[in-house]
Amino acid sequence: MFNDSPTGRLFTRQSALKVLLPLLVFGGFMGIWFAVGNLRGTNGSLLVPNYVLPRPGEVWDCFGEEWNSGRLLRDVVASLYCVSVAFLLAAGTGIPFGLFLGQYLNARLAFQPMVNFFRCLSPIAWIPFAISWFGIGSGGEIFLIFMASFFPLVLSTLSAVSTVPAVRFRVANDYDIRGWDRLIRVTLPAILPQVIMSLRVTAGIAWVVVVAAEMAGVQHGLGFGIDDARDALRLDIVVCYMVVIGFLGVGIDRLLAQLTRLPNVRWGYDR
Amino acid sequence: MPSEPLRLCAVSRDYGSVKILQNINLEIHTGEFLVIVGPSGCGKTTLLNLLSGFDTPSSGSVERNGIVRTVYQSDGLFPWLTAGENIELGLRDLPEQERKAARRELLALIRMEDFEDHYPYQLSGGMNQRVELARALAGKSDILLLDEPFSSLDYQTRLRMRRELVRLLHERPRTVVFVTHDIEEAAQLADRVVVLTNRPSTIQKEYIVDTPRPRELTHPDVVRVTERILHDLGLEGDSSDAQVLNVQ
Repeated sequence: MFNDSPTGRLFTRQSALKVLLPLLVFGGFMGIWFAVGNLRGTNGSLLVPNYVLPRPGEVWDCFGEEWNSGRLLRDVVASLYCVSVAFLLAAGTGIPFGLFLGQYLNARLAFQPMVNFFRCLSPIAWIPFAISWFGIGSGGEIFLIFMASFFPLVLSTLSAVSTVPAVRFRVANDYDIRGWDRLIRVTLPAILPQVIMSLRVTAGIAWVVVVAAEMAGVQHGLGFGIDDARDALRLDIVVCYMVVIGFLGVGIDRLLAQLTRLPNVRWGYDR
Repeated sequence: MPSEPLRLCAVSRDYGSVKILQNINLEIHTGEFLVIVGPSGCGKTTLLNLLSGFDTPSSGSVERNGIVRTVYQSDGLFPWLTAGENIELGLRDLPEQERKAARRELLALIRMEDFEDHYPYQLSGGMNQRVELARALAGKSDILLLDEPFSSLDYQTRLRMRRELVRLLHERPRTVVFVTHDIEEAAQLADRVVVLTNRPSTIQKEYIVDTPRPRELTHPDVVRVTERILHDLGLEGDSSDAQVLNVQ
């Protein structure tokens, strides 16, 4: 509308840079990868063989190969399914539990050290139990992702509750908002911006863990795909899966970032 | 004879060994505009908390007759609700179908009809305080407690908000207790000014100001009362009889 105004020009320039600069870095990265992959010695042989570093072209071909065989899609669906179920379970129980601990001092005193303890355990440590309790299949994997995301969500919800300014509860008291009503109508909306941020962080953790979890004890998923390709010494397929994992991870974060656009949480970010 | 809306009888409040308020006796009459001033940290807010029932006295009694609403210095509005929704909090005792109309009426009262769907962070500080005033005046409230409501605003907005408050109270009369550190503000708004001493606070002096409102800031009565309170607090006049203030 006002593109000829100084601020208008500034904005177009900013948004152009926002696209161009990352493209530049990406191009540079690809260039180095390409160059290293094609270094040749004096006798004309490749210096870096493709079992050490696969070349971009080979990885590109893998996409076609993996897609046509249906494996890639199957693995993507399996991983997304497990991470979604586990993450929803963790959010559905972890956030209410964090709220509960935030609300009652004694409950907080009782549970916080234990929650902190479990948060510090790497979810990978649970793999033996995941297999012995849930067998080979999605169950154990869901369990591992749940263990990875539940405790951080509890703690971040709890700390969000403790930083709600006291004036919020005084106003609630003035207008007769008490008990359960206060929890739903005051405490929850007051912490929502922080909860959304911690959902994003935790989803990142969950996505990292899903790959690790699938390397042990399951026959599907992106992690299994990597493990399988490694056994076959196909590093080009490994890289192909890594690319998919990276993009899906960013996609999940972008999806959750949409929550920050809700009109009643914008106050938490715009100040 | 109906009882007073607020009455403090021999009220003291201490936190451990720190005595904040000592033997406060105060009656606030229906429709009165009472302003409490005093040196900073003297317990003005503690007094307000006792009046609202948020805090209880260590000894003595607080009598409260009517619905009490408080306007805070800042952040009193819920940031996740729009201006209209915040005002509607004050209308919770009204039947559902009457709320919308009452809400529009209040928005019209503060001349903010066009901002019904704006969130507090999208409004200026003065607008936020107007919305909060409207919320406090909504429904069947009787007593309005104001805890330095304009002190986070810039000087000119503060002057405008004083006029606004006088106008709103003319439309919807309430019993008002207003706490401030701004002595001019006290002189310009109050029917009665109560001056507190340093901690442990007692009532040092009371001034009745019967000049009709709205009063100009430069009105001789306002200037005179301001002068006298400044003197009471040791902030003006001969320093030999001025009391020494705690300078932090």
